Amino acid sequence: MKNANANDSGLKVLVCVKQVPGSNNVKVDEKTGLLVRPKVGNKLNPYDLFALEEALNLGEGPSFEVDVLTMGPPQAKESLLECLWMGCDKAYLASDRAFGGADVLATSYTLYQAILRAGTFDLIFCGKQTTDGDTAQVGAELAEHLGIPHISNVIEIVGFEEEDANGGSRSIVVKAMQENLIVTQRLGLPCLICFDGDINTPRLPSYRRKKSVGTGEDAVKVFTLADMNDKDASHYGLKGSATQVQRIFPPEKNTDRILYDGSSEELANRLESVLRERRFIQEPQR
Amino acid sequence: MSVEFRKIDKGDIEALQNMVASRILVAGQINDDYCHDELGTAYGVPDALVRASSTLEVSNVMQYAYAHEIPVVVRGSGTGLVGGAVAVCGGIMLDVSPMNRILELDEDNLTVTVQCGVLLMELAQFCNDHGYQYCPDPGEKSATIGGNISTNAGGMRAVKYGVTRDAVRALTAVLPTGEVVELGGKVVKNSSGYSLLNLVIGSEGTLAVVTQATLKIIPKPEYSMSILVPFSSMGEAIKAVPRIIGAKVTPVAIEYMSRDVILFAEDYLGKKFPTHASDAYLLMSFDGNTKEAVVHDQEVVSDLCLELGALDVLLIDTEERSASVWSARSAFLEAIKGSTDLMDECDVVVPRSRVADFILYTHEIASKVGLRIPSFGHAGDGNLHIYLCRDGLDDCAWNARRSEAFRLMYAKAHEFGGQVSGEHGIGLDKKEYLSEVLGPVQMRLMRGIKAVFDPKGLLNPNKVV
Repeated sequence: MKNANANDSGLKVLVCVKQVPGSNNVKVDEKTGLLVRPKVGNKLNPYDLFALEEALNLGEGPSFEVDVLTMGPPQAKESLLECLWMGCDKAYLASDRAFGGADVLATSYTLYQAILRAGTFDLIFCGKQTTDGDTAQVGAELAEHLGIPHISNVIEIVGFEEEDANGGSRSIVVKAMQENLIVTQRLGLPCLICFDGDINTPRLPSYRRKKSVGTGEDAVKVFTLADMNDKDASHYGLKGSATQVQRIFPPEKNTDRILYDGSSEELANRLESVLRERRFIQEPQR
Repeated sequence: MSVEFRKIDKGDIEALQNMVASRILVAGQINDDYCHDELGTAYGVPDALVRASSTLEVSNVMQYAYAHEIPVVVRGSGTGLVGGAVAVCGGIMLDVSPMNRILELDEDNLTVTVQCGVLLMELAQFCNDHGYQYCPDPGEKSATIGGNISTNAGGMRAVKYGVTRDAVRALTAVLPTGEVVELGGKVVKNSSGYSLLNLVIGSEGTLAVVTQATLKIIPKPEYSMSILVPFSSMGEAIKAVPRIIGAKVTPVAIEYMSRDVILFAEDYLGKKFPTHASDAYLLMSFDGNTKEAVVHDQEVVSDLCLELGALDVLLIDTEERSASVWSARSAFLEAIKGSTDLMDECDVVVPRSRVADFILYTHEIASKVGLRIPSFGHAGDGNLHIYLCRDGLDDCAWNARRSEAFRLMYAKAHEFGGQVSGEHGIGLDKKEYLSEVLGPVQMRLMRGIKAVFDPKGLLNPNKVV
């Protein structure tokens, strides 16, 4: 049977988030290749907010829990506090000098190790990508470490099924956006879901909750390397990364413009043929 | 008191064609969009639509029109709401939207000089790109700066930064005779005779044609944030405003909005607002040069709001959060328009201490005359945007109820020490209420001023006075 929400379901959801630069217009110093951090500080990765909203929107009640996890420097705690102000129950921060410089492999491995310490979860939610790394791979790699099913580009949670026809475990039904179609998929729990962007309007942090959470000394649990099951530093950070960044440079901006003159009808026809030539629109499929 | 003017003939068209390199359209070629404004209550077809591209062209057209006694109505984007840019007496419609160049950024004097057809959104972007802020922030971003100056547009940041008038240092204006005058200057102070600059600002194209403006800018505040504060009723929300104003921190903006208007905006934009659990909200913003200072102000106001019965205070501190709330706020007018077949509006301004009483009074009027009257507006400066929705009424019932509602509202605004319009202007639609509120002496002075600038009464005839 499908249920639209998870009120008092006993479900535990973990949302993975990241703190990113506060402005989306981060510039790269062309000489040094370093990111020029804007003055506006940091913020929660906007894509993660859609995942967080899906989680918080799933249900309420004492036995429904949404926790949040990030890996980052100590100041990443600010972003976790913000998640608590939005309604999350518990927050976990994986933070250690040994975790610095991690690529997607080392990042997802660190998150995996942190999850082993944080507890067991029925659902793990991730955003589509971050606005500073843009790889869109951490979610899927994390699921591989955990050995659970996963799906990307999810646009909607359809509901839950208590048991399937084969007597299997509880499952979730989601809709995912593929290249040319929307797939409705059922995944057994536990599973990991990466959400698409712009699928909801994330709620705003509450000042009331901010005041009750306080500075978060008790609210945010920190995991260092010493807390992990795997304490081998070579599996984390730069040392545990399979890839190395050679160079960072700003992408070339294409500002080509074509101007056409003519009547509205001529312009419309011209525009249509250009869009067809460049495959932005296609002949209807027969 | 409508005056008959002569119609434009073939000779006039030929003469005008030469002046503006044939950028002229005549009746039959003129799109209906040029016959009304954004609200569409006034309607008039110009005899000719002339697109001017320079002060010289405007001057030549004005000189010709003056000599041949042809009325002239100036038009920018046509986003007005009171019929100000509608050619109700025919004649020439002077479209100045092609004059859309940003001419100079003067970083020594903190001014930007623009042609009158520059759009507000273009000006804001330009200033932002250079690390500055043009302070006035009217909701209609596709309006031209010339139109903003003509109505002395206010906008949302008026609480802290004032209105368009406060940001205009100098104007180039063309008089009805075609003479070009430079009013004001790149000076911070000015005590040099009557301020013709300030007479032209807010004169709704009845005294002169503004072709160029030098505007004050400030270094862009380094940090800004907003809060959205839900209250259980509109009365509670608005009653908090004078206390907030008195809390010795100055928010940039204090807007109020009701749940029904938020739902219209969701429908109109096809996007959800971050919350609509409550019936009434205050939306406030703060800015400054350090995050600590801004957060301090925000916390003072947030604590006060909670003390005054706010259900919560929601924090808006990123580009995305800001966009999700302020984009809806910017769409309220269009959204209410989309909720009915026809609407009329009232943008009275009352002392800030009377805003709550006035809004509650509009609710009384709504049930008394039988009209739906949604509203939103600038609680922080007392300027309300109140909309009367026709909702399928027949002409007779609509006109009767609308007149009655307006009569009651303007009388109450007057009683509270308010004014007819906070920022939309008088145009054609609010003339009768202006003379009722200001009385014969002030109207006589205004008509005298009009006669000095425009002795033949050719510039935007039948408007304001």
